[in-house]
Amino acid sequence: MKSFSITAALAGALALGGISAAQAWQPTKPIEFVVTSGAGGGTDNFARVIQSIVTKHKLIDQPIVVVNKGGGSGAEGYVYGKGGKGDPNRVIFGTNNAYLLPYVAKLGYKFSDLTPVAALALDEFLLWVNGSAPYADAKSYLDAVKAKPLGFKMGGSQSKDTDQTLTSMIQEAAGVKWIYVPFQGGSAAAVQLAGGHIDSNVNNPNENIGQWKAGQVKPLCVFSPVRLAKSDPVFEGKGWGDIPTCKEAGLPLETFQMPRTVWLPAEVPADAVAFYADLLEKVSKTPEWQEFVTRTAQTSRFMKGKELADFVAKDDTASRKVFESEGWVVK
Amino acid sequence: MENIANLMHGFSVALTTHHILLMFAGVLLGVLVGVLPGLGAPNGVSLLLPLTFSMDPVSAIILLTSLYWGALFGGSTTSILFNIPGEPSSVATTFDGHPMAKQGKATEALAFAFLSAGFGALAGVILITLLSGWVAKFALRFSSPEYFAVYFMTFASFIGLGGASPLKTIVSMGIGFTLAAVGMDSVSGNVRLTYDFDVLLAGVSFLIAVIGLFGIGELLLTMEEGLKFDGVAAKVRIGDVLTTAAKLPRYWVALLRSSLIGIWMGITPGGPTAASFMSYAMAKRSSRHPETFGKGDPEGVIAPETADHAAGSAAMLPMLALGIPGSATAAVMMGGLMIWGLNPGPTLFTDRPDFVWGLIASMYLGNVVAVIVVLATVPLFASILRIPFSIIGPVIVVICFIGAYTAASKEFDIWLALVFGLVGYVFKKLDYPIAPLVLAMVIGDKAEDAFRQSMIFSQGSLRIFWSNPLVATLMTIGLALLFMPLIGGLVRRLRGRGAPRTV
Repeated sequence: MKSFSITAALAGALALGGISAAQAWQPTKPIEFVVTSGAGGGTDNFARVIQSIVTKHKLIDQPIVVVNKGGGSGAEGYVYGKGGKGDPNRVIFGTNNAYLLPYVAKLGYKFSDLTPVAALALDEFLLWVNGSAPYADAKSYLDAVKAKPLGFKMGGSQSKDTDQTLTSMIQEAAGVKWIYVPFQGGSAAAVQLAGGHIDSNVNNPNENIGQWKAGQVKPLCVFSPVRLAKSDPVFEGKGWGDIPTCKEAGLPLETFQMPRTVWLPAEVPADAVAFYADLLEKVSKTPEWQEFVTRTAQTSRFMKGKELADFVAKDDTASRKVFESEGWVVK
Repeated sequence: MENIANLMHGFSVALTTHHILLMFAGVLLGVLVGVLPGLGAPNGVSLLLPLTFSMDPVSAIILLTSLYWGALFGGSTTSILFNIPGEPSSVATTFDGHPMAKQGKATEALAFAFLSAGFGALAGVILITLLSGWVAKFALRFSSPEYFAVYFMTFASFIGLGGASPLKTIVSMGIGFTLAAVGMDSVSGNVRLTYDFDVLLAGVSFLIAVIGLFGIGELLLTMEEGLKFDGVAAKVRIGDVLTTAAKLPRYWVALLRSSLIGIWMGITPGGPTAASFMSYAMAKRSSRHPETFGKGDPEGVIAPETADHAAGSAAMLPMLALGIPGSATAAVMMGGLMIWGLNPGPTLFTDRPDFVWGLIASMYLGNVVAVIVVLATVPLFASILRIPFSIIGPVIVVICFIGAYTAASKEFDIWLALVFGLVGYVFKKLDYPIAPLVLAMVIGDKAEDAFRQSMIFSQGSLRIFWSNPLVATLMTIGLALLFMPLIGGLVRRLRGRGAPRTV
């Protein structure tokens, strides 16, 4: 009897040990979610939705504090992350700007100051024109732009950021040339297009949906290898899934997507990275997360480890090519 | 009228015990957030945002907007009592509000501020109720040149107000523009004036500048003047609130003019801060006794407060109908809308009438609740001035520095606030006006962006500012505002009656 209870105790201890080996790192103090955009931005929504899901499903027992550090196009947040070297309680939310920003501006951090954790979704880009524009498809619009170099205006969010990078890629692929006008954000670019002040933008679905619903803007094609997921009709019976891909539409530029990424500071324990990757994978499987990506017409795609590293490397190479040919790289 | 019917429906949504309680809670929290410098409405709203995830959108937006109204009111309180604007938009309230408090008329100043603010807010909501569709269409006609013209009008209405030395005004404004340029430039994508200091990447926070220039600068002056604070002698009577209320209708011209300016700046991208400055400038210009401004003229409190709140509530319309946040706080709320599953845009009014009209109805109720709550706190706040300055002074110092830290949780900001405090002191000693610096800091970078975007639009031609009737009208009004005082000043000088004055 006695030996049995000792065995049981040993087995219990082993089992506990086993659990603690798999879950060696656990947060022991409040976790800081650092958002590399201002309140209300796309990255802000991304982080706050995750916060609300983690809180609702009680996935961790420590409280989460969201802090916005969006200065310098997000560099402020990454610099803050760099300052937390070795601190696994500082989780940084961003996009591909984490590895692309240091190319185009002299900032106080390098990509190596961050540890990749995971990406949860890909935000899509579409080519949009004003709702009353005479173009039925991407080809007719691009032909018009081609016929009149610098006669059309492309609006976008910020300068030397994703929108301008994509604009540059389209110019290269289609042999066209726009006047690029940088606005403060995607919502400003959406309203400027609705008001007819610019001829097109390459906004994410979520940035233009309000205007599309009202028929003030219309999508021509999506920069994605496959069509977007089917959705409820948005305007005149057409939904996200009805928009042709840009390749279908005859534009030789297949893919441009922006990952929604999560990072830790450098030199954090490997099992802390595993802990967060595991946590975020759980988040990505909740119905609330699926509802969020569907509503914002993003593509849900969970990536970690090698898959994430490969994605980053590919995106990095493609973007750097544009930066170099446009002369944006800072020495 | 259809909108009225919708509004009545909205009232039926908003008028529940649960929602009224949320309004009280929101307003009280807001007053607290507004009173503490640095914390501010945008921070308050984003702190509360996670709480709303589990609420239904109508309750959530009622809570957040009530907090916003409360913060707008609370911000004026510290402006008047201690010369520390709790919110950027209550900077202009300090010009006459604080002198009134110093003269022992704190109760009167607070009551004037709150009542006129309530009036302005209601004017803004009435506009939203009646003209929502039209305004949403009108706002679509605004592009970068029009934006620049609106900012230009604001600057133009303020230049020449100083009177004493236009050169000093220009110096002050220039410093403001320089400070506004620090950090990432969104048009070129380059980092400017940071000298490789990481702490400057996010720019120089306007809140820090205000805490230093006004709060700490004022304290230094008071210390130099021998710790005297005349407000100590002030008697606090609840009856004073009522007598002040009775005096308010006398200022109906100022109320109406300021409401119009506020509404205009709220639906165009000027925003509450620019609105309050412009309204103050216009009040002083049209006054028959401009020399009393800056020395405790009630109109100098009424004008900025009315415009501030009219703009604050009118700015909700572009947010809902276009998805353009008219203020920093609106930007945070817009993020909330998306998380609750609502897409701001032209169709929100037809897709979710419950939400939109429930919100609009709550804006009527919330502001009434806010006025009642803050008027009830007037005696309490006014009696703070009866505490000897040797006790309250150090407390203000502590609050200022805590505020500087909480604005962005950066230690660097504490030092920055101290530097701004010294600058504020030196400015006052040398008779440099602070207001132009503050104005340039708030809208300087936006004006610059709009101007440079316009130049990209036109490929470098200034003619774009006269390219359509709307922008041409705005620019012409701006130019007229700019040159009128110069010509007026010249005429006065020729007659030998140049009266120097400083804002």
